[in-house]
Formats: sequence, structure tokens, C-alpha cells
Amino acid sequence: MKNEGKSAQRPDNTAFTQQRLPAWQPILSAGIVIPGFLIIGLAFIGIGIGLFLTSQTIQVQEMDYTGVEKDSPCFRCTIPSNLNCTCEVTFSLSTLFTGPVFFYYGLSNYYQNFRRYGVSKDYNQLTGDTRYFKSRSPEEDCSPYSYDSNNNPIVPCGAIANSIFNDTFELYQIINGTKKQVPLDGRGISWWTDYNIKYRNPSPVNGSLAKAFDGTVKPINWPRPAYELDLTDPNNNGFLNQDFLVWMRRAALPQFRKLYRRITDGDYAAGLPAGNYSLTVHYNYPVLSFDGRKKVVFSNVSWMGGKNNFLGLAYLVVGSLCVVMSVVMLVVYAKFKFSDDDDA
Amino acid sequence: MLGIENLPKLAGPFLKTERKGPAAMIQQFEQDHGGGMAKDLAKNRRVVMPSWTEHEEIKELQKSYSRNKVRTTKYTFLSFIPKNLFEQLHRFANLYFIFLAALNFVPIVNAFQPEISIIPIVFVMSITAVKDLWEDQRRRKSDQKVNNRLCDVYDRKQKRYVERRWAEVCVGDLVRLCCNEIIPADMVLLHSSDPNGVCHIETANLDGETNLKQRQVVRDLPQGSEFVPENYSSHIECENPNNDLRRFRGFMEHPGKVRVGLHSENLLLRSCTVRNTETVIGIVVYAGHETKAMQNNSGPRYKRSKLERRLNMDVLWCVILLLLMCLIAAVGHGFWLSGLQNPIYMIPDDTHPALAAFYMFWTMIIVLQVLIPISLYVSIEIVKLGQIYFIQNDLDLYNPVLDTGVQCRALNITEDLGQIQFLFSDKTGTLTENRMLFRRCTVAGTEYPHHENGPFTSKHTPLILWCAVVPDPQLQAKLNTLSSAMRSPPRQQAAEISHILDFFLALTVCNTVVVSSPTQPRHVQMPVVRTPLRSLEEMKAMFQKLSLPRFPSSLSQNTDTPTSLTKKLFTRGRSKLLYEAESPDEAALVQAAKAYGCTLLGRSPEQVLVVVPGTGPLSIPLLHVLPFHSARKRMSVVVRHPLTGEVVVYTKGADNVIMELAEAAEDGFSREVMERTQRNLDQYAREGLRTLCVAKKVLEEQEYEAWLKRHEYAETSIENREELLLESAERLETNLTLLGATGIVDRLQEEVPETIEALQEAGIKVWVLTGDKQETAINIAFACKLLRPTDHILMETCEARLHELQHEIRQVTKEGVSEDDSSDCVLVIDGRTLDYTLQKELQGSFLELTCCCRSVICCRSTPLQKSQVVRLVRDKLKVMTLAIGDGANDVSMIQMADVGIGISGQEGMQAVMSSDFAISRFKFLRKLILVHGHWCYTRLANMILYFFYKNVMYVNLLFWYQFFCGFSGSTMTNSWVLIFFNLLFTSVPPIIYGVLDKDVSGETLLDLPDLYKSGQNSQAYLPSTFWMNILDAFYQSLVCFFIPYFAYTGSDIGVFSFGSPINGSALLIILLHQLIESRTVTWIHTAILLFSALFYYAFVLLFSLTCVTCNSPTNPLGIETKMMSDPLYYLVCGLTTVLALLPRILCRTFCNTICPSDLVRAQKMERLSAQDYSMSLRQWKENKAAQRLSSRHVPQNLSVNADMPHLTDCIAEAGAVLS
Repeated sequence: MKNEGKSAQRPDNTAFTQQRLPAWQPILSAGIVIPGFLIIGLAFIGIGIGLFLTSQTIQVQEMDYTGVEKDSPCFRCTIPSNLNCTCEVTFSLSTLFTGPVFFYYGLSNYYQNFRRYGVSKDYNQLTGDTRYFKSRSPEEDCSPYSYDSNNNPIVPCGAIANSIFNDTFELYQIINGTKKQVPLDGRGISWWTDYNIKYRNPSPVNGSLAKAFDGTVKPINWPRPAYELDLTDPNNNGFLNQDFLVWMRRAALPQFRKLYRRITDGDYAAGLPAGNYSLTVHYNYPVLSFDGRKKVVFSNVSWMGGKNNFLGLAYLVVGSLCVVMSVVMLVVYAKFKFSDDDDA
Repeated sequence: MLGIENLPKLAGPFLKTERKGPAAMIQQFEQDHGGGMAKDLAKNRRVVMPSWTEHEEIKELQKSYSRNKVRTTKYTFLSFIPKNLFEQLHRFANLYFIFLAALNFVPIVNAFQPEISIIPIVFVMSITAVKDLWEDQRRRKSDQKVNNRLCDVYDRKQKRYVERRWAEVCVGDLVRLCCNEIIPADMVLLHSSDPNGVCHIETANLDGETNLKQRQVVRDLPQGSEFVPENYSSHIECENPNNDLRRFRGFMEHPGKVRVGLHSENLLLRSCTVRNTETVIGIVVYAGHETKAMQNNSGPRYKRSKLERRLNMDVLWCVILLLLMCLIAAVGHGFWLSGLQNPIYMIPDDTHPALAAFYMFWTMIIVLQVLIPISLYVSIEIVKLGQIYFIQNDLDLYNPVLDTGVQCRALNITEDLGQIQFLFSDKTGTLTENRMLFRRCTVAGTEYPHHENGPFTSKHTPLILWCAVVPDPQLQAKLNTLSSAMRSPPRQQAAEISHILDFFLALTVCNTVVVSSPTQPRHVQMPVVRTPLRSLEEMKAMFQKLSLPRFPSSLSQNTDTPTSLTKKLFTRGRSKLLYEAESPDEAALVQAAKAYGCTLLGRSPEQVLVVVPGTGPLSIPLLHVLPFHSARKRMSVVVRHPLTGEVVVYTKGADNVIMELAEAAEDGFSREVMERTQRNLDQYAREGLRTLCVAKKVLEEQEYEAWLKRHEYAETSIENREELLLESAERLETNLTLLGATGIVDRLQEEVPETIEALQEAGIKVWVLTGDKQETAINIAFACKLLRPTDHILMETCEARLHELQHEIRQVTKEGVSEDDSSDCVLVIDGRTLDYTLQKELQGSFLELTCCCRSVICCRSTPLQKSQVVRLVRDKLKVMTLAIGDGANDVSMIQMADVGIGISGQEGMQAVMSSDFAISRFKFLRKLILVHGHWCYTRLANMILYFFYKNVMYVNLLFWYQFFCGFSGSTMTNSWVLIFFNLLFTSVPPIIYGVLDKDVSGETLLDLPDLYKSGQNSQAYLPSTFWMNILDAFYQSLVCFFIPYFAYTGSDIGVFSFGSPINGSALLIILLHQLIESRTVTWIHTAILLFSALFYYAFVLLFSLTCVTCNSPTNPLGIETKMMSDPLYYLVCGLTTVLALLPRILCRTFCNTICPSDLVRAQKMERLSAQDYSMSLRQWKENKAAQRLSSRHVPQNLSVNADMPHLTDCIAEAGAVLS
């Protein structure tokens, strides 16, 4: 009956097939978890302190200029009939606002992340492909901002472009009653990838960008067509306009801010010195209909970005939680260790 | 085929069929034979004529029969895509996802680009399709191989046999086969090179039985050296194709309107092998898919496991959760919209907020679709394949003697092995070896103990020794007087010796054993070299000495024995004889008789050649064989006695049956013999021997003639043949004279007691269902420790006792037995009582009674009863059942149970064919259940829970975001990443986890069967664990969303930049969560986890580096690279991950420290050194024993043993009602 050669069915005797692979068995018991928690806790407390201190050094100057209150400087601009309204917001800094200072505008209760708003653009147009200026394949994406009432194609089409933020600001330092304009740097405020890869202007026809847009009309809300967005700098026009690029990158949450300018030049390279400042606002953008707020924010940044106390505090809380837990566990362990020994 | 255990599968239903009176039978018979042939070709008949037939009508008909080409593939080249799609669409889950994909094409509700949303369903369905295609391709290959086999078919034009492919054979063809060729189609045997018209076939391909089966040429066909096909023009009428391997009914009508009955003895079945016969010729009656082999070929079994049922429940919960979340989003969206007055960011739209909310509901269903785990079903299938791979590759389940491992036939119930609560076991061949050894016998009331045949206790007894029987000296001496001593023995002794001779003659003749010799090819016949018969005169003289009452003056019948046969059979004489029997009992008895000199030399359908002590070889004309039938529980042969010339019926069967039939003769001697035999039988049974009684009956010639007439009717009828034959046999087997009884021992398989003990410790209730008698069953139960000496044995033998016993058991239980597994009662119940208890009214109380017992032993049960018991327990107690058996009589039970296990043993493969798992020894059950079952269950349960957790956790991130985007269905994640997150990045680790995770090592699981209880109680996957997981998923997603939210709120972060740290930390959390849940981490786990993380990062980084316009409107160019270059990203991810996993780690730690479960304690034990381990093992067992003791009242001597007289009364009562 025994046949040595006849064991074709015999399974292989390997560690894998016999499920004997060397294995680490992570049993979560107090013995491992207590030191682990302690280390994590202490590390987190360290990080938390670091983050918190860093966050404390960041200066932020925030001003709401929506003009909801009657005494606010921009109240008069909220009246719809008041076109091309300008208002002035003043503030003072008690200490040097170290540079580089970032100048943001902020909106709240503004849903750039609304789904149908988000898809309302045509990337092919924005890469400068003129074929998509007139005949767009996914008609629905931009609708109803694809054609104007005369059935002319709108470029750039879609709700995002149409709703571009169009308040403009000028900042002055008031020195002895005279206003000294603070130079605002609008270069390089958009993402490098957006400016260099993702967005392209159509190639100029006969050296003129405007000609490339022939046969199209500007978005309804825009005062000027895309090729005239920046009258001062001819290179900052079309789809490569920095403000346009910033706007097109949609904000994640309904309360957001977007970079407007940086203060890096001239006398203000080191920051805004202490003193009084006046901000002239060209008030165009309507937000009151949806209960929105507009604000300007001056801030400097650190390695961790803008001011953010939450993260530091959260690290501190979680870190201490870990430490507390490890202490609790130590107590529990001391109490139950003996009964454990009874079993084992 | 003998032995009470060998009841064929059909016995159950058959018992129920109404018995018809003789008159009705004949009427039926006439109906069968009445009516014209061609006109009356009823739909339920098939007519077969040789393929060259001229009869047009039949020719047409014959064409309509299936051809021999087989196609087991499901698809053809063209039909694959539509058919496979159609099949896949039958799955509910697939339909759901197709619905979602379709929904995405509706512009008003779409959430992603339509192309993306069909990725998951295409992915899942194409994986399944590839799997199906691969399986189908394998089937196609094997089909081609089979169809292209060659065989010799008679060609009328060329007037010779030509080679044809199997595929070209059709019904009505004459096929010639040589030895060792495989039969291409079901054929009626017309000619055999064997002069007796016999042919042997091996049915191993069909049912795995390797013993030879004898087939017979149709009676009355001219047998000569040559078969001339032209001369054959009879037609065959037979029943339509069916899947019953053991039945074939029909008749052959010769040109002269002479009809000959056909039965399964005449049928050669497709895929069997011709053995032992040079050439055979047959006519094809069923071809291709109509053959019995193909009709029996049912695909793999599909069962749904308990865990899967539970899982489907929870998928439904997920659907409800999904609907709830979508509803919240829809309502939120409606309110959000109605509160707005055309803000600048709104797309001008006239849609009413309520309508928009309705649309939003569907959009959200698309966005949150991942909540229903689409890849779960595919993953489960893959995991089960992996688990089966490991089960099949386990060396511990490998039997080197038979070279077989465990065979997993059902692919999808591995985890059920881990939840078994009731185990139903067959006895013979399952608990025992089913290697029968003749131990003792009683002849004419005298017991011959055969002391030298001592019990084989040594484990390493060579297998050859098993068949050796050492004759009892006393019996040998008595038998020797026949041959040696010429003096006349005293009269009393002479009668006894003739009894003894008859007894051994019966053992030798009354069986279906096939004799073959291993030293020579079976079909080769050697030249005659043998001493001639001792002169008959000498024999006559000897019998005269014995003074037999009736001795015929002439022995002329014997002289016309064909000498050729005698010679041929003798050629095998001196070489070692091999007995191949369908049941091991028969072989054992023939071996025993051989030891006493009564040697079976050969067998043909018409005669048996034997050597009787004191004579040379004798040829005994075999008139009839009435084969074993489970209803009769006996078999008989009708022979013409070689010496006396009388017609003698030898019957062998279950003792109770034979004793009933053996009417106490008038004289006191017989009565005394019967009484003494009964006493001996009881004694045998107590020793655990299988008992059989042997009886004979001498028929008067006219009596025989009368019986013969009726019997021939029965044999040729088509309808009701079995019933008629049964009735005919019963008419014959009356007024028997008891010759004696035999006791056959069937040794326990190795490690059976240990296995049973371990299973019982694991909380599994072990029931033994056997066809053996009560005493034998109890004895075996003792031997395998199912019964302990301290146990109460409750015998239940009739209805009245049931209530009585219940009362008694209540008394026992009242005194503190609450846990049923600790009870000390064992119920023994016999088949007749079982019939009562299976009635509706008594089922409840029976189950109540059994619940109080540690074990139940059902003896004398039929296959039907076995399956009824299993069904009763399974359905009424709602428990997981496992049935294990080895024989055809266990098939129904195996199929009924949740898990059926077949033992590939001595009794063929029928049990294996119908089982879910096949093992070769009972002891393997221990590791299969305790280790693999436990592992498979915990692995799969944990994997499924993890899957749910993973999906809920990830989807909720999207849900929370809805609160900050006006419930608009926006996502902060790129849709590709969103789809791939579940499908690719996080799907492999759970599969590995489901295949490889090992909570406790195999050795520990075997050492501590207690641990199995966690699976029985479904501890790994309780509804509460499911909800805890969902809750944890909610918590983790809250953390994972809101920490980034607070970190970034008010800043200039973009939509997809915001999603980047959320996705990153979600991935970390999900992977680390798995690490926490894993009980073992091998390099494979580590590699897969790392791979998953790297895959994600590689994908998103590559995507954000290259995708400029590839994925409008969410082109992720530059996002990840920018985010990941910001330290804040890592700070957020770190904090999120730690905070999210904190509660789970804490919970686990506290649980493990304060109240560790048994599994955790076992894990801890494994870390100890070998010495400490064994010490703590002992301590563990002591603790458990102490627990048991404290929870249980130690039983006093409250005996509820039913005493024997009571018992017999009951049996008599029950018997009267039943019979």
C-alpha cells in the first residue's frame, strides 16, 4: 500500500503554504501602549508649542468693508444705484508689520464650491485653444454663460469667470496728513503651474491679443474684455491675468480669502511701518444679496502659512490627552497586572 | 452488497412508495407490454435500433436523440459577452451599480463625468468575466479532449469496425471496445469475449469506486466467438434519459416478438473503463448529454454561508444609511436654495428648491455610492479562494497512505466551518476504519470465540494482516471431520457439522464478491493445470456418513457443468486470490470462510466455484441472486446444492430481520439454537461487533417453479420493477432456518476519541447516526469517548418513554444543570422511535430532550431518517450543522447539513461527490474545524467588518463636506482618486488580511478547543460589532474632515487642495486601522500596506504632475505637489491620524488588559516560553474544568437507565405498528 514515489498530491512544506511565516503579533496591551502614548504625547506637546508660538508671531490686520452698518465708510456704496463708488477705510498699525506683507481680499458666505458653479468653465478655452471659443463641445458646462443675448459666444465662458471679483484697492500710508501710496505687487500671486502650464492665451493674431478674441464677447459682468483686464501691463491680460487666475482657483469653503497683492517693493520691502493707513476701495462687487461679507486682510506668513492658532492648540490638547491616557493606563495596568499574572 | 450501513440513496423515498398488490403489478406489467411499437412511441419511452435500421419512423426518432458530442462550456465565442453580462446582471449588487452608472448619464443629477462612474462596475465585472472565461476555457479544453477520443464503431457500408471520434458516435451505433478502454456512451451490452457473456467495468471515473462491477450480456442473445452485426436486428425500448446510475429499465424485442427485460446489469455506462474482458460490443442507447454520467454531472455546489446572510443584512443597513444621508443632503439643499436670492455664484435657474432637492437626492446617491461596498463581493470571492488554497495545502490534512489531502468542493462556505454547533457523524467508515475483520461466529447455537483473532491494538499493524483470520481450533476440528475422519460421527454431531458446512457455504456463496488475482492480468486466461475433481462418488459417500435426511440418488445435474468454466476458474486457484467486494463485510466473510477451507474460487453469473473442505473445487449452479436492498436489509442467493441437488436459498442479513424470518421450527433444537444465537448476538453487539445472521431454506421443486414464474414477470417489467422484485424476494425469504451468526469487528480510526473529545470541548454537540444496532453503537460510542463511564444513558425506544424520559431528565437538570454542554446525559434512540419523534407533535419535546443531553446516538436509522434528523435540528434549533459520512447512505444527510463532509474511504465516492469538503480520515476533522474553520471565520468576519468601516469612513468625508458646499454634491476630491480610493488603493490590504491573518496559532487552537466557541457564537461579527465599527467610522471621518477644516478655514485654500490632506490622512488612518486590527503582521502584510500607500502617493503625484486637461473640470495639475511641499500638510495628517485612531487603540488596550477575551489570553500565552506555555495550558484547562464543575451539579446515582426487558417490550410494540 505504501508507495514512496506516489505522493504527487503532497502539499509543499513551505512556511507560506503551511501558514508558518514569521509574524509580528501586535497585541495592544498596556505594556506597549503606555510608553507609546507617552512618546507620542510628548512629541505632540512639543509640536503644539512650536506651532502655537509660531502662530503668535504672525501679524494679521483684518477689516470688513462690506458696509452693512450705517456708520461704516462703505455704507453708501451698498446702495445699488451708486455706480463706480469709492470708499476709504482707514487703519493704524502700532508696530512694524513685518514683511513681506500679503494683501488678501476675503469673502464669506460665498460658495465657490457649489457644484454647478464649479464646473461652469471650459478648460479648453482657457488653454488658449481658439477652436473652443466659438463652438464648445460640452455646451452645458458653461451654460447659461456661453452665449450672450445676441448669441455671440462669451470668452471666457462660464459662471466662475463671469463672477470674477472686481473690487480694486489702493493703499496709502498717511504721513503727516499726506497720503503716500504703498506700491502693491501683483506679480506672481497665482500658482506657478496655473500661470505657466494650465492657462494659455490664444496666440496673438498680427501681434494683437485682441484680434485673437475676434467674434467673441466679454462675460456679461465684466466691464472690459479679457484682453483689456490690465490696462497698465499688457502682459497681464487675457487668461494670464493674475487676478483672473487667482479667482479661477476656486476656494474650498464658503468663507475664504484670496491673495490680492503683495507688499514687497520700495520703502515697504521690510514691512508696513507703524502709522496710519488709508485703503481706497473701488466698490463694485455685490455681496449683500446673499448676506455675504467682504474684507481685506493684511498678513505675513511663516513656514506654516498664515496665522492658525487651532492647529497648535489641537496638538497641545491631543498631546496632553495621550499623556493623560498613558497615566490612566498605568494605573489600570498596575491594578490589573496581578490578575493578569494569575492567568498567565 | 451487504451490511446495514450500505443503504442506497434511494432507500428513503422508496420506503414511502405505496406497495401494490400482485394483481395490480401484473396489470401494470401488461400495460407495459401492450400497444404497438412505432405508433405508440410514448413520450416517456425511447426506442433504439441499430443505426442501419430501415424503419423510417424510428430512424427519424433516433435522429432526435442527443449525439455523443459533449459541451460543458457555458459560452461560445459569440455568446460569451451577452451571456456573461446577462449572468452577471443577475447579481443584485451589479444591478445597483449599473443603475448608478446610468444615473450618472442623466445630466440633471450627474455628479461625475459619466465615464468615470462606470469604471467601478466595468472593473468588477471584467474581473468576474475574466475569471469566468478562464474557467470556461479549461472546460473547453477538456471537452475537446473527450470529444476527440477514438473508438471502434461498426460501419455497415464497409462491413467492418472503423475508428471514429467520440463526438461522432450516435444512438444506435454498435461500438466495440477492448480491455482498459473507456466507454464512450451508455450502451447495452450485446456481446462479450467472455464465454459467459460477462464483462467487468470499473466505475472509478463515475463514482470513484475502484472495485470491479460485473455487467452481463442481454439474455437470450446468441453467444459465440463472433458477433455478426448484420444478424442483429432487435430493437430496444427503454426509459428516457435520467440520472439514476443504478437504474435502467427496458426490454429488447427480437424480430420474433420475443421480449427480454433489460436492467442496469446490461448497461455499460459512459466514462467507465472496461476491465478483465478482452472485447465487448454494445449498442449505444444514450449518447452525449443524455448519458447517465453527464446527467449526474452537476456543477460545483453553491451554498450561502451564515456569515454571508448576515453580511447581506448589513449591506441592507448600509443602503438605509445611504438613503438617510442622501435625504439629509437633499433636504439641506432644498433649504439652502430657498434661502438664497440669486447670488452671483448661483447659476440662474428656475428650478423650484423642492425639485432641486429631489435631483440632489439622486446626485448624492451617486456621490456616496461607495458606501455600498462594491468590491466587497469580489473581494470575498478572492479571499475564499485564498483560504481554500491554504486548507488544501495543509500538510496536517494530508494522508500519505492514500496520497490525498483535503478536497474543497464547495468554494464559498469555508467560514461556516468555524461556526459549527452540531456535528452529525456516521459511524461505519467515518469513526471506524470500515476495514472489517471477522472476529467470531456462532453456528448452530455454539459460540466459537476465535481467541487468536485477538484485538489489534497496535497502531502499526500492516494492512495486509487485516484480512487474516486465525481459525478457531474447535470449529476447525469439527469441520475437519468432514474431510479426514472416515468414521461416521454421531448423529447429533452430524447434523451440527452439516449446519457448519451450510454456514460456510452460505458465507462463500451468498455475496457479490468478484474474485481476481493480482499476479496476472485480469483478462488473460491461463492454460489448464489443475487436479481434477475428487470423484463424486467419494463425496456422496461422505455425505451419507453424515446421514443427511434427504439425499438424492442422482447427481446428474452436476455432471453437465461446463468443464471449460471449471478449468478457467481453477487457473486462478493457486495464485493469491483477491476479493473485491462492494461492501467490506462481504469480503471479510469470504476471507473467513477461506480460512476454514471454504474458498471462493470464482464466480460467473450462472455458477460459483468453491472449494469445500474435503472436496476439490465444486461448481455450484447459481439460480438467482436477490441483491441487497436497504428495505429488506438482507440478500439471498438461490443455488442448486452441489451435493444434494436441492434448490437452496441462502440468506444473509441484519440479525433482527433474519431472526424474525427464521421461524422457530417445531423441534426444540431449532428453538434452542435461536435462543442461544440471540444471546450470542447480544453479546457480540455489546462488544461492538457488527452482526450478521445467516440462514437457509430448502425449496421444493414445485415451490421453486411457482416462485420462478412470478419472479420472471418482475424481471422483465419496465415500470415498478424495483417494487416487483422486492416483493418477489420477500416471497422467497420466508420460513428460513437459522444457521448461525457472525461478528465482525470494525476498528476505530486512529485519534477518533481525541478528536471527538476536542470537538465536544469546543462546544460542538456530536451526534452519531448509524444504521447499526443499539448495542454496537453504544459500544463504539464508549470506545470513541463519546460516552463516558459516568454518563447516564437514556434509552428511548417508544413514545411513552419520551415523556417519561423528559420527566426524568428534568429531575436531573433541575438540580443545577443549566449549561447544556455540561450535562451528563446521553440519549440513545433507535430508528423506530425516531420515526415517532420526527412526527410534528413530538418534535418539540424530542428536541427539548436532546438539548439536555450531551450527545445523542441514533441507531438503526435509515438514510432518510438521518437527513430528517439533521433537518429537524438545523431548522428548529437554528444552529449550524455539519454532517460527516463516507457511504451512499450518508448522502442525503450530507446534503441536508449546512456543511457536508465526505470521507473518501472504503465505500466509494458517493459521499465525497455530494460533500462540500472531503477528507480521508476522521481525525482531520479536528484541524479542519478547530483551526481552519476558526481562522476562516474570523478572517472573513474581520475583513467584512473592515470593509464596511473603510467605506463608511471614506464616504462620510464627502458627506461632511456637503455641509460646506450648500449640499450641492460637490466633492473636494478628484473623481478619479475618489473612485480608485476604494477600488485600488485600499482594496488589496483587506484581501491579504482576509487570507493571512491569524489570531491564534494552529497549535494553540488545537490545544485549547475552547477557543472555537468564539466562532460558534459569531463573536467576531455580532450586530453590535458592526454598529461599533460604523460608529468608529463616523468618528474617524469626523476627525479626518474637521481637523483639516479648522486648520484651513478662512485661508485661501482651493477645493482640491483642501481634499489633498484629507485624502492623505484618510489613507493613513485606514491602513493603520488595519494594522491595529491585524493579529499577525508578516512581511507580506508589510509589503502590501507599504505598496498601497506608495501606490496612492505615486498615483496622485503623477496625476498632479501630468494632468493638464485630462480630467476637466478637476484637473489636478500641481495640487498635490504644492500641498505636499507644505509642512502644514504633514502636521494636519499626523494630528488627524493619531486623534482618529486614539479611541480604538484605547478601547483595545483597556479590553485586552482589564477583561481579555479567551482569544487574547491565548495570544498572550503564545508569547510565553515553551515551559511556561505548557504550564499555563494546564492551568487554563483546570480553570475551565473548575468553571464547569461550579456551574453544574454533580450527578448522583440517579439512574435513568432503561432496563432491557422494558426495551424489548417497546420494540415489539413499535414493530407491530410499523410493519
